[in-house]
Order: sequence, then C-alpha cells, then structure tokens
Amino acid sequence: MSEGVTQADQPTVREGESRDLFSKFDETIKVRETLLASGVEDPFSLVMEKVLSPTRAICNGRDTILLGTYNYMGMTFDPDVIEAGKQALEDYGAGTTGSRVLNGTYQGHKECEEALKEFYAMDHAMVFSTGYQANLGIISTIAGKGDYIVLDIDSHASIWDGCSMGKAEIVPFKHNDIEAMEKRLKRIPEGAGILVVLEGVYSMLGDIAPLKEMVAVAKKYGAMVLVDEAHSMGFIGEHGRGVCEQAGCIDNVDFIIGTFSKSVGTVGGFCVSNHPKFEIMRLVCRPYVFTASLPPSVVATAATSIRKLMHGSNKRAHLWENSKRLHGGLTEMGFQLGTAEPQSAIVAVIMPDLERGAAMWEALLKEGLYVNLARPPATPANMTLLRCSLCAEHSEEEVETILGMFERAGKAVGII
Amino acid sequence: MDRAATDSTIRSLIEPFNKKLVEVTDATTFAGDLEFDSLTVMDFVAAIEDEFDIIISMNQQAEIETYGQLVDAVTKLQGE
Repeated sequence: MSEGVTQADQPTVREGESRDLFSKFDETIKVRETLLASGVEDPFSLVMEKVLSPTRAICNGRDTILLGTYNYMGMTFDPDVIEAGKQALEDYGAGTTGSRVLNGTYQGHKECEEALKEFYAMDHAMVFSTGYQANLGIISTIAGKGDYIVLDIDSHASIWDGCSMGKAEIVPFKHNDIEAMEKRLKRIPEGAGILVVLEGVYSMLGDIAPLKEMVAVAKKYGAMVLVDEAHSMGFIGEHGRGVCEQAGCIDNVDFIIGTFSKSVGTVGGFCVSNHPKFEIMRLVCRPYVFTASLPPSVVATAATSIRKLMHGSNKRAHLWENSKRLHGGLTEMGFQLGTAEPQSAIVAVIMPDLERGAAMWEALLKEGLYVNLARPPATPANMTLLRCSLCAEHSEEEVETILGMFERAGKAVGII
Repeated sequence: MDRAATDSTIRSLIEPFNKKLVEVTDATTFAGDLEFDSLTVMDFVAAIEDEFDIIISMNQQAEIETYGQLVDAVTKLQGE
C-alpha cells in the first residue's frame, strides 16, 4: 500500500482566491473572441433552419448549397430509407432505453448487422451508437497493457481517444510514411501484440493512404490491422467497401471501422471483422456495453441505406465526376488544395491563416454556399482549411455554380 | 553509450529544432522553454529513435518534460 493512502490530503491553503477550473481554456476563449471581434459571422454556431434536400438548406436565413456535409451518397432523403424509418418508429417506438447486451437489441439491430456482413462480405458485424464509440471501444479493448499501437500521426480524434483510454504503448509515425511505420514496427520487442491503425481517407486533406504497401508491412511484422473507412464507405472500391478494397488488401485487414453518419446518411458506428473470436467484443467492450443502443428508426434507416449502397455504382461514378470537376476548377483559379489530384469526395482548400479563412468562409456563406471551416487542433500542421465534401446529388450545374461562388469570394477576400 | 555520450549526441540532434537558439541545460523544458509543438515533438522523437534504434512511446514521452529527463530515458532505453 502506498503512503498516500494513510496520509491525509495536505492541500496548500489559498486565501481569498479559488482556482477556476476553466482558466485552462482562456487561450481558446481569447482566439475565439478575437475572431468574432473582427465582425465575422461565427463559423461554429451555424443553424440550419430548414433542410430542403441532401444538397440544400436554409442556413442563418439564407438558401444555401451544402458543400460541407458528409452526406456523400445523398441517402438522407432517400424515399425508401425514410419509409423504413417511419415504419420502425411506429412499430418499435422512439428508443430502446437500454444497452445492446440487455434490453437494447431489437430485430432491427440484428438486421442492420446482417446488412453490414453482406456489404463487406465478412463474418461478423457489431453496431455501436456512434462511429466515435466504435473506434474508442475496439481500439481501447483489443490493445491492452504490454501491447503496442502503431498509428498515423494524423489519425482522427476517436482513434487517439481510443489509444488514451487503453493501456497499450502508443507509437505514432509520420503521416502516410511507409518507411517510418516500418522502422517503428521493427523495433517493437519480440512477442508483444501489435495493432496497426490506419485510415482509408484522411478527412482533413481528403488524401488516401497507401494501404496496399502499409498493410503488407504490418503483416510482415505480425501486426493486426485496423482500418477506419469512415470517409470511403459506399464510394471507394468496387463494392464501396473502401480504400482497402480498391487497394486489393481487404482480406489482410483484421478490422474495418465505419460509420452511418456519412454515406449511410444517419448516425451510428460499426466494426466488421473475420476474427473467429470477434463476438466476445460484445461483452468486453465498454463503449458498446455501457450506453443505450441506437433507436429502432435509426437502425432501420441504416439497414435500408446500406442495402441500397450495394447497388450505387451510378451514383458513385457521378460523385467522382463532381470531385474531379471541383478539384480541377479550383486548381485552375489558383487555390491551393490539400491534394494534387482528387483522391476522395473531400476537396480541402488551404487558407493562408485563420482570419482570412474565416473571412472566406463568411464570403462563401453570403454567396449561398456552406463549407466546413477546419482549424487546429483538428487539422494537420496547424493549417486552416475550407473543406468541401461533395455529394452524389450535387448536379453538374450546381458544381459550376459552386465554382463561380469560390471565384467571387476568393477575389473579394484577396486569396486568389 | 554512457550518459555523457548520449547527451552529446542528443545535443547535436536538437540543433535543427532549436529555432530560437535557447541555451539547453538539463532543466530546459520542451513545451515551455523550447516551445515545441506536437509536430516538432514527433519529428524530434523520430530523429532520436532512428539514431539510437529505440522506441520512445507516447506513454514514455508523457513522463519526459525536461532535456535532462530525456537524456536519462534514452540512456536507460539503450540498455534494454
């Protein structure tokens, strides 16, 4: 027993001052106040008063084209999806009020997992309440004390939080750097368990990972591989299974993490796997056990949408056209983009700084265009980005309209 | 490599990252004195790892605040 247990706390007594736990946020508060003092519309408190379609909404009172949602395949207003949700709401009620392992697994949750197994052609599927929880739960549970997690430095917050929650040794490597990854794998003590965590599409710059090479290297060192395909599902790969399908290495990936809040068009997360012992996760994974399961209407919309995405090749082709046209048009105008070639449905426009980024964001909003303003710590290398994510429902004409808006706003703000 | 030799190797590795030419002593802190951000930390750690052929996991990095602690940790890791 440590001495601390038998000793009473001996805090320093401070007279006349109490410590405000919020003082650690002072710098963030200041940055925000400085930004808003410049008179710019607050980029982080936009309200969509009315949603007209997957690509249009009334935002802060204006009719706006949406170019900053993750609604890649436009499934949010699909009539079959809506109908399935309404039916489940009537038949099963508004919510489950319980954990998946107690009273929260309904017929719909099983059907949703069946749809995922078919979509990915894998043996097991586990549905979580959000994509964030899927990463948090799987990563923190499978990599324990003495194990190593080797991950890309630009990994999503949910991956980092999964690492923090677990007890494994965390070893990051430079973004998409195969050699840096291999060097680290090589130095891990023999016999230690290794989980390599990668993403198919990195959502900030919209670039993809060289998964074929990376997965091969990971396997050479006996690692298990988890790939987050949140931003590629339904769009990249012959069956829409993601970058690992496109790269031809899906059979060597042990776990795919995904979400329903992007191409699927609702909310929820999942993990699919062929690991023979995978089902035990349902009992040992705390972010799965200790939270309420998704409402019946949500799993019904997800299952219907996933099944429709299996046959979405025409929509996929149109989405690629949109991505290429926007990327090409913005490049011609002289904007600096996150990737030299379009690699996904995300086109990231690099801003010189937060002030001009916010000014550009506002100018676009006034033109009637919504994009994501992304800034540190979400972005790599302290960049300020205007992130455009395209939808299969954006028409060819809409993409031209969007380009016109970018040109006017870019000139007004002095970026091009 | 003993502590003195490790110290001198790390001292040369830190140079390109020490943009403000801060005088480095055992008490120098990375976050405060050297103002390293997360990306600089990653590049600096990678340079040390490659030089000494070791891994300094983020769990271990969290315990290292000063230059002296880093030299101690790297000296120890080489023996393992």
